[in-house]
Amino acid sequence: RVAMSIMQYNGSAVLAMKGKNCVGIASDLCFGVQGRMITTNFRKTFRMQEKLYLGLTGLATDVQTLHERLEFRLNMYKLREGREIKPSTFASVISNVLYAHRFGPYFVEPVVAGLDDTNTPFICGMDLIGAPVTPPDFVCAGSNTEALFGTCETMYRPDMEPEELFEVLSQCLLASIDRDALAGWGAVVTIITPEGSFTRTLKGRQD
Amino acid sequence: LLSMADGGYSFSLTTFSPSGKLVQIEYALNAVAAGSTSLAIRAVNGVVVATEKKLPSTLIDVASVQKIALMSENIGLVYSGMGPDFRVLVRKGRKLAQKYLRTYNEPIPMSQMVHGLAQIMQEYTQEGGVRPFGVSLLLAGVDDAGPSLYQVDPSGSYWEWKATAIGKHMINAKTFLEKRYNDDMELEDAVHTALLTLKEGFEGEMTEEGVEIGVVGPDRMFRVLTPAEVKDYLQEAEHQPNVCRDGLFSQTTTDVR
Repeated sequence: RVAMSIMQYNGSAVLAMKGKNCVGIASDLCFGVQGRMITTNFRKTFRMQEKLYLGLTGLATDVQTLHERLEFRLNMYKLREGREIKPSTFASVISNVLYAHRFGPYFVEPVVAGLDDTNTPFICGMDLIGAPVTPPDFVCAGSNTEALFGTCETMYRPDMEPEELFEVLSQCLLASIDRDALAGWGAVVTIITPEGSFTRTLKGRQD
Repeated sequence: LLSMADGGYSFSLTTFSPSGKLVQIEYALNAVAAGSTSLAIRAVNGVVVATEKKLPSTLIDVASVQKIALMSENIGLVYSGMGPDFRVLVRKGRKLAQKYLRTYNEPIPMSQMVHGLAQIMQEYTQEGGVRPFGVSLLLAGVDDAGPSLYQVDPSGSYWEWKATAIGKHMINAKTFLEKRYNDDMELEDAVHTALLTLKEGFEGEMTEEGVEIGVVGPDRMFRVLTPAEVKDYLQEAEHQPNVCRDGLFSQTTTDVR
């Protein structure tokens, strides 16, 4: 039994990157409890709309609950407004939801990735109480962000085409989760382009 | 002894008549019909709202009276009916717009604003201890869906209009608008037409002190025109012959009253 931060109770890793007219988002597949692996098919990225994906790291129960709550909010938005939500607007909604629980927060760190209505790439990361950051290149979240930042900083370059982006995103994520005892057991990568999106599952080190 | 306000009635004061009408709403509409005329016209590139400023005494400082209100940057509204009731709705509507902005970081779309206000007005026909609002609203705004104009009634019903009028001279005004309106109208034409329409029912001489005009164009910024600007438009209208866009002379409608 190890004393650890609540954000590290179930390990996770989520990464999002901007490319040329495309974005990518990826997560590991491990669901574990304090280092003990339970399943290896626990995705932390969710399709919210055709060109809008949400990544959630942190406490697994909150990942699940927040995903459901946000899906609810999105569905209500669509019904009321009769239109799809823009990624930046969705990020504002998440920020709002998280800050509403400022003194009893959801233990998650969300990542938003998508293309807006002009197909401009958008990525955004947030802390557990909703402080957003919209960098021009990549967003990292999870139990070993130091490793993620390291690999991204080194291997990222701007204006990558979809296949290039997939390659770089995959390599960055895999290299980082190999250094993280709590995250891993494979990864799932999604690339979103104006023509559509594709998702591929990676088999990494199975430990 | 508990008064109505202290006790807090939990049952609605608006009840059905045997014929299926809500008489309180009918009476509220009468209050609207007794109010000074307001009208609005939607153009291809914006919306204009205009209203009569009929004050009971010349001693009132005209400049202090504002019938057209800003709801948010891109939405404005005008009313016919009871001024104090209007102010309550403006306050609630502004809060609604800001809440939306705080949540979505986006200006509130017209459809959402209209729906929100209509919902509030409907609640006041069904909630305990309140009466319906004695106003009809004309909302004008531009959003991602383009320029739009909506009317909201005391019942909470709403319609989208190309052009409409409410208040005392609404029947004549609407007849006039029906003849004058065309789908290709631009904002400048719309302002002129709005003034001409108001003039039809105006008792006495129409000056820039007696009317209020609000416009919202492609810049999505609603604003109320200054008296000086209104004066310019009035002078143009003065010199412009009564001609429809297709070049035929129109018949001026005779005020039945």
